[in-house]
Amino acid sequence: MLGIRQADAGMPDTGIYFQWGDFLIQFGNLVVIATMVVLFILALVLPFPGRRSRK
Amino acid sequence: MTVHRGPVPTADDGEPRFSTWTGKARGWALRRLPPDKLLPEDQPSYVSSWIYVFGMGAVAAFAYILGSGAVLALNGPTWFHASAFGRFINSTHLWSVELFFMFMVIHLWGKFWMAAWRGGRVLTWITGMLAFVVSIVTAFTGYLLQTNFDSQWIAFQAKDALNAVGVGAWFNVADLGQILMWHITLLPLAVAAIVALHVVLVRMHGVVPPLEAAASDAQLRSTAPNPATESEDTK
Repeated sequence: MLGIRQADAGMPDTGIYFQWGDFLIQFGNLVVIATMVVLFILALVLPFPGRRSRK
Repeated sequence: MTVHRGPVPTADDGEPRFSTWTGKARGWALRRLPPDKLLPEDQPSYVSSWIYVFGMGAVAAFAYILGSGAVLALNGPTWFHASAFGRFINSTHLWSVELFFMFMVIHLWGKFWMAAWRGGRVLTWITGMLAFVVSIVTAFTGYLLQTNFDSQWIAFQAKDALNAVGVGAWFNVADLGQILMWHITLLPLAVAAIVALHVVLVRMHGVVPPLEAAASDAQLRSTAPNPATESEDTK
């Protein structure tokens, strides 16, 4: 052992991974993709403020 | 140089006739992008949807990336790695990049399923795609500048692929100084130029209407036919 912690050496945390068969994804990446999909669906279904008053 | 005294000469159709290259360039630019199209006062009603917001969201995020990047560059790594406020600005630089990519991807999805290349907007689509690709390269150089084992790992995973395609000398991921210069000068300039061209093209052709908008929709007809863009719009 080198006697130093992983975080002290600037080593990134390996993170949490999910795997379904051959498909492997890191938790942070999954959150970003899921957020984009949710925002996309909300953008399509939510009414835009002041829509009726526009030309 | 031609010196005009009195009114500018016009052709039979009333269009100003220019004889110098500067005048011709001005005439070309004004025909293509008159001031009321460059900075319009209103938009068609179909633009009143959240799906049309993400393009400008990406531009806003990009503006913050440039501003925070300038602050980081001027203060230097001993500031943004060591001081609390420096680390905060460094983090907001990263998170604005995350927002930039998220907004850009949602914008891409919206435009893809809207077939936004319709009506002579092919170059708008291509510049958008280029902005996305060059932004990925710019973000990649940002990850290489963390100066930790993460950036070292990314660099030494990438170097063989970049050497294999023959760009290793000019884009050496193991050369921190060279990658820093790419990240803070050439690549941001490239992204900014492509995004500016993309926005100008959107202004020239107008915001793409939804697929269900009828061709007879009064909002889709120009009040004053523009001969400079008419032939392209019918493609």
